Amino acid sequence: MSRLKSDKENDATFEETASKYLSDNQLRSNLRHATHTIRDKRSAIVGEMEDWEELREAGRAIKEKVLRHLDTYLLELESSVKRAGGQVHWANDASEANRIITGIVKSHKVTDVVKVKSITTDEIGLNDALAAEGIRALETDLAELIVQLAGETSSHILVPAIHKNRSEIRELFSRTIGRDNLTLTDQPAELAETARLYLRRNFMEAKVGISGANFAVAETGTVAVVESEGNGRMCTTLPEVLVSVVGIEKIVPEWKDLEVFMQLLPRSSTAERMNPYNSFWTGVTKNDGPKEFHLVLLDNGRTKVLKDRVGRQTLNCIRCSACLNVCPVYERTGGHAYHSVYPGPIGAILTPQLKGIENRGPASLPFASSLCGACYEVCPVKINIPEVLQHLRGQVVRHKQENGRFFKERDPENRIMKTLSWAFSTPGRYRKIPKLARMGQKFVVKNGHISRLPGKLSGWTAMRDVQPMPEQTFRDWWEERN
Amino acid sequence: MVRLLERLGHEVEFLPEQTCCGQMHYNSGYMNEALPLVRHFVDTFRDAGVIVAPSASCVGMVRDSYIQMASHAGDEQLKADIEQLLPRVFELSEFLVKKLGIVDVGAYYPHKVTYHPTCHSLRMLKVGDAPLRLLKAVRGINLVEMEAADECCGFGGTFAVKNADTSMAMLGDKIRHILNTKTEVCTACDNSCLMNIGGGLHRQNAGVNTVHLAEILASVEENGK
Repeated sequence: MSRLKSDKENDATFEETASKYLSDNQLRSNLRHATHTIRDKRSAIVGEMEDWEELREAGRAIKEKVLRHLDTYLLELESSVKRAGGQVHWANDASEANRIITGIVKSHKVTDVVKVKSITTDEIGLNDALAAEGIRALETDLAELIVQLAGETSSHILVPAIHKNRSEIRELFSRTIGRDNLTLTDQPAELAETARLYLRRNFMEAKVGISGANFAVAETGTVAVVESEGNGRMCTTLPEVLVSVVGIEKIVPEWKDLEVFMQLLPRSSTAERMNPYNSFWTGVTKNDGPKEFHLVLLDNGRTKVLKDRVGRQTLNCIRCSACLNVCPVYERTGGHAYHSVYPGPIGAILTPQLKGIENRGPASLPFASSLCGACYEVCPVKINIPEVLQHLRGQVVRHKQENGRFFKERDPENRIMKTLSWAFSTPGRYRKIPKLARMGQKFVVKNGHISRLPGKLSGWTAMRDVQPMPEQTFRDWWEERN
Repeated sequence: MVRLLERLGHEVEFLPEQTCCGQMHYNSGYMNEALPLVRHFVDTFRDAGVIVAPSASCVGMVRDSYIQMASHAGDEQLKADIEQLLPRVFELSEFLVKKLGIVDVGAYYPHKVTYHPTCHSLRMLKVGDAPLRLLKAVRGINLVEMEAADECCGFGGTFAVKNADTSMAMLGDKIRHILNTKTEVCTACDNSCLMNIGGGLHRQNAGVNTVHLAEILASVEENGK
């Protein structure tokens, strides 16, 4: 089952939609296979590195330095890019960024552009903004192309079509770009060839290319895209005009800092020692590549994230997606349940911060975790995701309390939690709990155990029995003994 | 745990004033409601020699989150009290193996057992193989390893209620891995995870018991059941 673009991003909560994806057995099987394969590969390839912990710490430290002096580095980047012949644009939010980019495209009087995988452009809804101006954006990353042809949104940061298996992709191609090939099979090489033939034609004709970026080097003005197919290389070198849309947190101070990230990123994301296609460009070069280069620096809520002492580490993220691949929740629900271009654990902390916890959907995301900590363990830049999840949960609860939302939504949670805090805070009250429980459980204990609980607790007993409060608690035993 | 520690020659005290560490409130986003419980914990255990808990997640809460909470509340005195307390707080298996250097506690437990490394013991406290080393030294035990042992069982406190469907999908896989080992007993360092796993096993009449690590380590020839 796939999520269509029409789903309302700010309304539906994670728990409301998760069950739909949980009961899609094909999806479950695709995800189980894909996440476990990449998880095992990552673990082996990271295990080769004796200095992995030092590398993680170095990555974290560089990112912390960037965030601490972001104002300085951004200005340095701007002047470096301008010095190298590029143009720099500042976008406060999505609509400003879209206006800038559509303006550039329209000034070249083209109706088609090629794009290399960029979640940042998905974040701002660029394709829809371009379409509204009559401009068709073609996704050239294979998985992004698959998702675009299917009219869906991506479900993974690195493997956007992870929710699809190859026979589903064959079926999609045979009614779209592979229509002419009546004998198309689900062999990966054949599927790739179908996409290649289709994309090559478009690359040769495209006048404008749009990309995201993995890194932007303040010192030199160099922008980097790290990808596996070479389609990104085509996209950033063949067109006459290149527009790169980059979140302001993607900066690294110096060229030499890339040494750290070019080790951390491929091992964490695709579980490779070295990434296949690494494209770096600095402004424009005469008779080589695009004649015009535009760098669009995007805020779109990032400075708000930066303000939060605990939450700001979220901006360390280098979009490797290791946290998605190890997450037991993501593995079972897939990315669409998160209602955001950023799914999984990183999405559960980034989306609410970018979109605001006052919105129902984003406010549900910090709770979509069992706090198992697997994400923190693999994060190459040491984002303490469980810590940020807890921090955001605190913000959500406080917001609900202050705005009377628990009362309006008839949610008894706040009252229960307050009562329990009151009961737990003195020994006298605490000691009465077993007795009260024994009285209360009379109504629910059947055959020595509890199989059905009322209200929200019914979720617990849907699959589990509960042991009743015993006749003798540990406390009783202790007192009797002494 | 009392029987075990006493058998090893320690004097065990139970402070009846103690209540709850506040983890449920903290993990659910109720910071203000968790704070009185933190203060109560600190007041209660101020003079204790060593504080041992048979629960990795409670110890993880005290060790990882108490300082943060005190800082957040801007209470320097509380923070200082917590810092003074922290070096004396241990989870049972780390107390035995890392602090006391004991692996063989003289236990006898003639059953087939699989061990579930709980998330907070593994990834917060980093107890490593301490529980397994303790189990391996138990006489009569037949330890079997389950597939994907280090994956979460799906409990996660209020997560299991708020996101019941996702939690059930996780628990389903955990139970399948346990049953595949054909074990009699599943053990762990956390009663909360065992309540989740045990609740699921009981509902299925799976014939597998959940038993806390402390209970296995406390068993000796005379009462080894």
